[in-house]
Amino acid sequence: MKNLEQSEVVNYPADRAIKMQGKDVKVFYGEKQALFDVNIDIYDREVTALIGPSGCGKSTFLRCLNRMNDTVDICRIEGKITVDGEDIYERSVDPVHLRARVGMVFQKPNPFPKSIFDNVAYGPKIHGLVDNKTDLEEIVETSLRKASIWDEVKDRLDAPGTGLSGGQQQRLCIARAIAVRPEVILMDEPCSALDPIATAKIEELIHELRENFTIAIVTHSMQQAARVSQRTAFFHLGHLVEMGETDQIFTNPEDERTQGYITGRFG
Amino acid sequence: MNTTVGSDHIVTAYDQDLDELYRLISQMSGLVETQFANSLKAVDSRDEELALKVKQRDKEIDQLESDVDAAAIRLIALRQPMADDLRFIISAMKAASDIERIGDYAKNIGKRTLVMSQFPAMPVMKSVVRMGQSVQTQLRDIFDAFLAGDEEKAMQVWEKDEDIDAHYTSLFREILTYMMEDPRNITAASHLMFVAKNIERVGDLATNIAESIYFTKTGESLADRPKADASKYESLD
Repeated sequence: MKNLEQSEVVNYPADRAIKMQGKDVKVFYGEKQALFDVNIDIYDREVTALIGPSGCGKSTFLRCLNRMNDTVDICRIEGKITVDGEDIYERSVDPVHLRARVGMVFQKPNPFPKSIFDNVAYGPKIHGLVDNKTDLEEIVETSLRKASIWDEVKDRLDAPGTGLSGGQQQRLCIARAIAVRPEVILMDEPCSALDPIATAKIEELIHELRENFTIAIVTHSMQQAARVSQRTAFFHLGHLVEMGETDQIFTNPEDERTQGYITGRFG
Repeated sequence: MNTTVGSDHIVTAYDQDLDELYRLISQMSGLVETQFANSLKAVDSRDEELALKVKQRDKEIDQLESDVDAAAIRLIALRQPMADDLRFIISAMKAASDIERIGDYAKNIGKRTLVMSQFPAMPVMKSVVRMGQSVQTQLRDIFDAFLAGDEEKAMQVWEKDEDIDAHYTSLFREILTYMMEDPRNITAASHLMFVAKNIERVGDLATNIAESIYFTKTGESLADRPKADASKYESLD
């Protein structure tokens, strides 16, 4: 682990491939610069946690990873972000297709005002991943199972998704995200609206999903970052201050700003 | 105050909890320093009353160790400490356990003094007490280093332990010669041998604390300490 502010190269174990990479990423909202030269590697089938105080740029960075910022008119991005070495901001890349590869789960559960079944079936249908009803049913069941919610909803797939509890809605949204078979799942504070039990279920789910997916999660809870991630990146005032293995970041951070933040000395 | 770097915590109650832990360690180390010094004084002046007092006061140290454990567990449960805070708390627990052991050795020296004072004095006792005084200095320095969070001072203590080990080895030989010289010395000399061993162990515990300080400040563990206690290989043929 090293301090990344001088854009140094970090030596990670070679057994994991880099899934996504940010190189000298700068983001501007109009005149205001929100991110400064962020260099980051997100490793395949690992959970990478992005932490930092409000306004530090961690969510902005997360949203760059599947071009969610394209919808913000005044937002301008420089630098390079790749998935498996491909530049996602290339003209030839279709953002809709990209978002199927790099899915997202938001802070507030946002199921469609449709049935539980349709919530999950929607993505595979519009992306043309299935061509008959049996396949679709299978993909819905598999996704709900992977999101650990199948047993709770299997008898009421026609009920509206919005009628579920907050924690269930969030797992439904995760099922919806994995139904299109993404490679990367981005999570923007997925538990901040949930109680501790629902949170624990999502964390357990994240742990299971890691076998098949690469996950990047933004969280305000440092304990959550410590519990679920293998690597942690600390952002402050638009800079990536420090990135390293999670246990090192939480027991022996190198940068004073990281130390100050995780020990609760500044906010 | 506390030993952690940087500015204070946003939650002041957290600082107060850390301060309490710091205060307990400081109280505990002060008490054990007195106990150890008194045990040496008792050996030196064959003072049975003082030896008895040392023996009796050990309970207070045991109580303080439980208090440190309780405070540390409470901090971990309620504050979810991270980074240097976490390292300080873990080190405080480990140091408390080391300090408690030092207290036990002081008590044991007291007990043996009660027996030794029934026998004629041997000149080698002075030499054991001198070794004890070097260890006493080590203890004072290590507690100062712990409370000030001074890892350089801790390292000095750590390195000096080698001299104490060497001193112990030579005392071991000397005490053996007393036994061989006159079998009537054997009882007192055996007790004195254990006193010397206790003192040497106290020195080792001081280096444990040095290692804890180093870990608190740097987040890294120290490599193995150089050893100069060769008494296990000693024999007088």
